[in-house]
Amino acid sequence: MGRIVGLTGDEATAEAMRQINPDVVAAYPITPQTETVQRFSEFVAEGIVATEMVRVESEHSAMSACVGAAAAGARAMTATSANGLALMWEICYIAASYRLPVIMAVVNRALSGPINIHCDHSDSMGTRDAGWIQIYSENCQEAYDNLIQAVRIAEEEKVRLPVMVTFDGFIISHAMERVEILEDDEVSQFIGKYKNAYSLLDVDSPVTYGPLDLYDYYFEHKRQQIEAIEISPEVIQKIGREFKDLSGRYYDLMGSCHLEGAELVIVAAGSTAGTVESVVDELREKGEKVGLLKIRIFRPFPAKQIAEALRGVRAVAVLDRSVSFGAQGGPIFLEIRSALFDEIKPPAVVNYIYGLGGRDIGVDEIERVYKNLERIAHTKKVDELVGYLGLRE
Amino acid sequence: MSKITEIRWHGRGGQGAKTASLLLAESALEEGKYIQGFPEYGPERMGAPMQSFTRISEVPISLHSHVRTPDAVVVLDSTLLGTVDVTFGLGEKGVILVNSPETPQTIRRKLGLNKGKVFTVDATSISIEILGKNLPNTPMLGALIKVTSLLSLDTVASSIKHKFGKKFSSRIIEGNIEAIKKAYEEVKEE
Repeated sequence: MGRIVGLTGDEATAEAMRQINPDVVAAYPITPQTETVQRFSEFVAEGIVATEMVRVESEHSAMSACVGAAAAGARAMTATSANGLALMWEICYIAASYRLPVIMAVVNRALSGPINIHCDHSDSMGTRDAGWIQIYSENCQEAYDNLIQAVRIAEEEKVRLPVMVTFDGFIISHAMERVEILEDDEVSQFIGKYKNAYSLLDVDSPVTYGPLDLYDYYFEHKRQQIEAIEISPEVIQKIGREFKDLSGRYYDLMGSCHLEGAELVIVAAGSTAGTVESVVDELREKGEKVGLLKIRIFRPFPAKQIAEALRGVRAVAVLDRSVSFGAQGGPIFLEIRSALFDEIKPPAVVNYIYGLGGRDIGVDEIERVYKNLERIAHTKKVDELVGYLGLRE
Repeated sequence: MSKITEIRWHGRGGQGAKTASLLLAESALEEGKYIQGFPEYGPERMGAPMQSFTRISEVPISLHSHVRTPDAVVVLDSTLLGTVDVTFGLGEKGVILVNSPETPQTIRRKLGLNKGKVFTVDATSISIEILGKNLPNTPMLGALIKVTSLLSLDTVASSIKHKFGKKFSSRIIEGNIEAIKKAYEEVKEE
C-alpha cells in the first residue's frame, strides 16, 4: 500500500516522474508547468533519480532532445503548457511518426494572445492531430495515475507512440488535494525496464530514423501510424486493469461516468467533469435523471464506446474548454456529434464553450445547462447549436 | 454538497493567505479528511487583493470551482472591507472572521451585514508581538479553528512543524505556534 499525502497537481506529477525515474528529461519552464520541472530538477540535483536532465533553451529543443534520447533507446519525458507546447508542434509530429514513446505532462493553459496564463484546453486540443495518445485528467490523483500508466501504454510493442497526459492549469496544477502515492518499487515493477527494439545505438542491428520518404512510402508509413493508434484502446484498457490490481483505482477509455438511467447528460473533460459530478450527485438526490460522461482518452477517440454509453439518453450537452475557430463547434462536440450520427435514435446534442482563459465555472452554470437540456429534451429542438457559458454578452 | 466545508480567504499579496489555505488543508488531511487548498492566481503583486480557498470533507471532493458559497470567510487585512465584497455568497449561518482590533459589532456595522456570525482577532498585533513582523496568516488560522471547531490545535501545530520544518528555524516555527495559540484564545465573538 502507498501513502496518503497532500500534493498539488504539479507536485503529484513530479512525484510520478521521480518514481518513473526516466533516463532523460528535457524541459523548459513555463507557467503553470514550472513547479513540476522545478521539483523534478531538485530530485536530479539531490541524486534521488538517475535521470540525465537536459536544460534546453526552448520547448522546440526540449522535444527534439526527447526525440533523440528516445531514438537512442532511452525512456524520455518532458512537461509543458500552452505556448511551450505550440513551440514543440513540429517535433510533436516527428516523435509520433518515428513511433517514439515519449511521455509528456501537459498542464493545460490558454494560448496567447492576449497573454493569459490560466486554464483552457486550446493547447492540447491544438495538437490533437499530431499522432499522440491524449489522456485527460480530472484531479491531482488522476494526473499521477495517468502519468504512470502512460509509460506502459507508450512503450507497448504494438503501440510505440508518444503519450500526453493533461490536467488543468492552476485549477489542478496549483491545488493541493489528497493523493495516494504508490510505493517506489511498486511503480518501478509496474512500468518495468524499457527496451527499445530499434535503438539507434544498437550497432548490431542498425536502423534509420527520419530519412526522406516521398510518394513512394510516406503514405504506407502514415497508414502504419494510424494502425498503431487504432490498436491502442485495447492496450489502454489492459493497462487500466493492471493498474487497478496495483492501486485499486480503475481506469477505462472513458472516465468514471454517471449514466445509469440518465436522460440528460453532460460530457466534459478535465476538472470541470468533477464539478459536473458534484451537481449530478445533488440533482440525483432530488430524483432528476441527469448524468455525466467524463472524457479520459481523447486520442484515439473512443467513438463506439461513447455512442453505446449514450444510448437511450434524450439530450446531451458537450462542454468544450477550447475553440476551433470557424468550425461547427468545439473539438469534443464535433467528435461526439459525429459518433452519434449512425445511431438509430440519437439524442439531441448541444455544445457549450466555457472557461476560456481560466474563467471560473461553477455549480450555477452547470445547473443551468441541465435546465436547458430539460427544455431541449421536451421540445426536441436545439435552437442554438453552440452556446457560451459564463460569458458576458 | 453540504458535507463539504468551504472556506474563502481574503488577503493582500504577501500576507500568506495562500499558505494559510494550504496549511489548513494539509492539517485536515492529517485528521484523515479529504481536502483542497488553492489560490486564485492573478497578476501576483505584493499588496494586491487576492483570494485563496480551502475545502474540507469527510467524502471525496469533486467540485473544482472557486468557493462561491463559503461556510467561513477569513479576512487577513481589514482595509479590504471597503474594496472587496468579502461576504459574497456567505450563508445565513456563515462565519466571518476579520483581522482587526475592533469589536465584531463594529465590523458588522461596517459590513452592513444582517446574517451570519462575526468574529475579530487582532492578528497583526499578535504577529508583531511574537514574530516581530506583520504575518497575520498563522494567527488567523488559529482563530479560525477556534470559531469553526474544524480541527484541533494540536493537529495544526504538528502540521506546521512538518510543513515548515525544513524551511525555517525552530524559533520561527515555535513563534508561529505560539501566535496560533494566542489568537485561538483571544478571538472575540459578538
